Amino acid sequence: MTETVLRTGAEKRRLKIDMRALSPFIALVVLAIAGALINPDFLTASNILNVVTRSAFIAIIAVGATFVIAAGGLDLSVGSMAALTAGVMILTLNSLGGADVGTLAIGMLAAIGLSAACGLANGLIVTFGRIEPFIVTLGTMGIFRSLVVWLAAGGTITMRNFELRELYRPVYFGSIFGIPVPIIAFLVVAAIGALILYRTSFGRHVVALGSNEDVARYSGVPIWRVRTLAYIIQGICVGIAVLVYVPRLGSATPTTGLLWELQAITAVVIGGTALKGGVGRVWGTVVGAVILELVANIMVLSNFVSEFLVGAVQGAIIIIAMLVQRSVHRGR
Amino acid sequence: MKTTLLKIAVAAGLMTGVATGAMAQQKNVTIAVSIPAATHGWTGGVVYHAQETAKQLEKGYPGLKVIVKTSPDGAAQANALDDLMAQKVDALVVLPFNSDELTNPVREVKKRGTLVTVVDRGLKDASIQDIYVAGNNPEFGRVAGKYFVDNLKQGNVVVFRGIPTVIDEERVSNFEKALEGSGVKVIDKQYANWNRDDAFKVMQDFLSKHPKIDAVWASDDDMALGVMEAIRQAKREDIKFVLGGAGMKDMIKKVMDGDKMIPADVSYPPSMISTAMGVTAAHFYTNAPMRGTYVLNAQLITKDNAKEHYFPDSPF
Repeated sequence: MTETVLRTGAEKRRLKIDMRALSPFIALVVLAIAGALINPDFLTASNILNVVTRSAFIAIIAVGATFVIAAGGLDLSVGSMAALTAGVMILTLNSLGGADVGTLAIGMLAAIGLSAACGLANGLIVTFGRIEPFIVTLGTMGIFRSLVVWLAAGGTITMRNFELRELYRPVYFGSIFGIPVPIIAFLVVAAIGALILYRTSFGRHVVALGSNEDVARYSGVPIWRVRTLAYIIQGICVGIAVLVYVPRLGSATPTTGLLWELQAITAVVIGGTALKGGVGRVWGTVVGAVILELVANIMVLSNFVSEFLVGAVQGAIIIIAMLVQRSVHRGR
Repeated sequence: MKTTLLKIAVAAGLMTGVATGAMAQQKNVTIAVSIPAATHGWTGGVVYHAQETAKQLEKGYPGLKVIVKTSPDGAAQANALDDLMAQKVDALVVLPFNSDELTNPVREVKKRGTLVTVVDRGLKDASIQDIYVAGNNPEFGRVAGKYFVDNLKQGNVVVFRGIPTVIDEERVSNFEKALEGSGVKVIDKQYANWNRDDAFKVMQDFLSKHPKIDAVWASDDDMALGVMEAIRQAKREDIKFVLGGAGMKDMIKKVMDGDKMIPADVSYPPSMISTAMGVTAAHFYTNAPMRGTYVLNAQLITKDNAKEHYFPDSPF
């Protein structure tokens, strides 16, 4: 796809890219209409807000994944990283013991610090170890997951201080001007992500690295720095997602964040970012995350899909949505 | 009937064990305990109870040595069995990761003349085990169903399923059987993978879909916690109670404290490993017959008996 795009004229290329960027939004609208037809309760404000709020974790993580994938990399460790970060954050809050904003701020800093460090580790091993990112992050995925299991002794890490929980709770359940805080959080993260990817030289370096590493190197792109930074951005995004995740249930378990890496990657691809790198679409990614959550929601709201077949129908819908997208920009 | 027998047997075993402990001082017995590592809440509880019971038994029966070994997966458990056998043990208490992978390794152990006690997940070949201790999944569903019939009598219930497995199927089908002929109706069922986050999402959707839900069978304590959070967010008042299952300490605490939304719980205790270890030790230190199958009751935990099921130090 990218090759053909590169060969066409500048005018035509812009039109094509626009259609590609637009198609996830079209898929979203089609799904929303389908949902409304299946169950009128789908269109209630509370249901829509629930779904979009729930998609916040994956959306925020997937913004980071957009950078990594656009740069030609892959990060399978994000789900485990989220669980570990959530666990360490809660343990930090518990050991501080206070129930004030200061305690919360230290816990949040610990979370962001740890997830950024995890991202840095992934980045350094990929860059300097010269190992396939698939293998590196598969390894760290196991490491992060075991660490959280070990910290929890197989059980649950729960916020002990009830007052602190109540203080923190609005970060997931609260809203500003009627918009839930997690939605605001992922819009802000996506806006900053888009700004970095589209408007900075670092962003252009990411895309250049992903489309052709050799060309990028000869053009003077600082390969190792760009690649490592992409993984650090991914780490920070995981940290931000955890900040929104922890107030929801106030706990982390060994099953926290299970398979989030696949959901994040799926969101990125639905959003129009090429899995082989070279193209990054931050807003498409966010829409992709909402689409994933929407499909799950429609499944539960529908009355005719047996609970045994939910997975199959879900998979089919995602594939059909991608086919619709493909036909939309092929038709042009 | 079975369970009464079991209680008598265990009680007799433990009592005679303590009584004859002094006489049997010279008897040296080694029991190996092979269990899965703590990878989720329930197995975390198994590890905790195995270690606690090992200490208690060693104190109660002089000359007894208990080795507890945890393994992260089936293959590792098979290797661990090899290592344990090299240490010459008299009995093996094993909670197998899965039936397929571990049937042969356990059979090898048996061939050496070791007493074999199998816990919870059965082996492919039942003739290998001398003693079998298991939870009762059909009854787990039945007890929960009966609770709804007795306490709700009439109304709409939503059901949370776990991970599609035999265990889940046995629980849910017997739950529904228990409701037959009553005024309690299951209006929706969905898998939430014994996972708190998934249960939260599914409950949010159930609340959007159904204007009136009278009670929730979360069927698991982790899922119940996710369900509670979703109900709290929606500020819905129509739901009278949520019934979980397994016996997580946070939930038992709620039952003990008289939480109106969590009036009861159904046990599927990780401490069944302790029962198995107790019976195995009693086999060596008493004259009472111990070989046989022990099916533990899925007990209804209410405010009255919650104390017996509360282990504040356990990770689960």
